[in-house]
Order: sequence, then structure tokens, then C-alpha cells
Amino acid sequence: MDSHNIMFVILAVIIMLSSIATVVSKSIIRAATYLLFVLLGTAGLYFLMGYSFLGAVQIMVYAGGIIVLYVFSILLTSGQQEKLNRVYLMKKVAVGMSCLAGLAVFIAMFFKQQFLAAALSAPSESDASFLSIEEIGKQMLSTGEGGYLLPFEAVSILLLACIVGGLIIARKR
Amino acid sequence: MIQLEYLLIISAVMLFAGIYGFFTRKSTLAMLLSIELMLNAADINFAVFNRMLFPEGHEGYFFAIFGIAIAAAESAIAIAIMINIYRMLKNISVDELKKMKW
Repeated sequence: MDSHNIMFVILAVIIMLSSIATVVSKSIIRAATYLLFVLLGTAGLYFLMGYSFLGAVQIMVYAGGIIVLYVFSILLTSGQQEKLNRVYLMKKVAVGMSCLAGLAVFIAMFFKQQFLAAALSAPSESDASFLSIEEIGKQMLSTGEGGYLLPFEAVSILLLACIVGGLIIARKR
Repeated sequence: MIQLEYLLIISAVMLFAGIYGFFTRKSTLAMLLSIELMLNAADINFAVFNRMLFPEGHEGYFFAIFGIAIAAAESAIAIAIMINIYRMLKNISVDELKKMKW
């Protein structure tokens, strides 16, 4: 068991425990903090797979941007604790049971499927999957085969529309 | 040895935690946190399938990047709506939202 596998086990435990803690914790600001751990752990998984640019994007956009936005809006809307009553508890049990059943079906399917994949090896620059920043930039802005210029422009227009829409929705009247 | 199934189990646990939170939470911001969990599980799956089953291609890699961008846009708009609702009703619980329900 080398350091690559040990790191994977640590990240897996952090991600699974924090994602469950995100949805069961009483205080919403704590839920946001657990979500931060989930997102950082996901970035760690991307680094383990050798996708360093994707991991960096994950940390910058998700952990840096979205979580700050969430904490800000939770504080603005005075994070109140949720009330629990009897009908609500019944609903929780029902949803929890069906989620567990769904998870069991998923996991059974994964092991029944017999994927033709080799075990994940430690990332190195000689891998076929290695992608340098230069290649990412070229592929992102190319119009030829395997180029992503059209979705790139579509996302930039979407972000522009989001800025305008966010300003109009949240302005003071 | 890290098999493909182990990575998929992580994202499946994350997805079902998100579904559970989406159905049981009352606060709209907490529901948004659950949506982020589900989107993040989908991003992990894109990257994992690309890396483990088709390491020469990069389609899943770019799809995950675009997925992250769209998740950011979605949460920004949704938070603007929440702040507007809070200004009008002084509450963001789904029980209080009766206008525009039907």
C-alpha cells in the first residue's frame, strides 16, 4: 500500500462523511462548512487522477467562489435553525430509506457491470491521459475536431446573462 | 489498488446525500447546498470515466470544466433570488413561499 492509495482512502473517508454531514447538520452555516470539505476533497481526487488543472479550477471556483457566496448569503438571511416535528420525522425516515435502497442498487450495479478499466496508477507526465495547460488552452479555443470554442463562447454568454440577471433580481426597488 | 468502482461509490454516496438533503430540508439555501452536492457528484463521474476508461481522450475533462462553470452561474442566480425573497417575506423557508407556487 503506497502513498497514492493511502491518500485515496483518506480523501474517500473525508468526502463521504462530510457529504452526509452536509445534509444532516442542524445549523446551515455548519452545512456550508462541510460542503467546503467535500469540494476540497473532490479537488484532491482530481489531483490523484492527474487532472491538476481541473483540481485547480475546482478549488478556485467552487471552494473559493461559491462557498464564500453561500456563507455571505446565509449571514444575510440570518441562518435560523430548522424546526423538527413529527410529520417531518416520518418524511425523513421515508426519504432516508429510499435513498439507502437506491444507493444499494447503484453499488450492486457497479460491481455487476465488470468495467474494463485498469486500476488507477499514480499520475506521471508520460501517461496518455496527461494534459498540459498549453494543450488545454489550444483545445479550448480551436474550431477543428475536438475543439471546444462553441461551448466556451456559450458559457461566456451564459455568465454575462447571469451577471445582468443577478443584478436585476437582487437590486433595491 | 484504486478500482473504478471505488471512485463511483464515492460519487454515488455524494449523489444520494444530495437527494436526501433536497427532500428533507426546509430552508431553500440548504436545498441549494444539496444541489451543489449532486452537481459535484456528476462532475466526479465525468472525470473518472474519462480517466479510467478512455485516458487518451479528454471529453469528460472538458465537460467537467463546463459543468463547474454552469454550477457557479446557477448558484449565483439562485442566491440572488433567495435574497430577493428574504427582502419580501423576511424568511426563506419553503413553507412560507405561497406566491407563484402554482
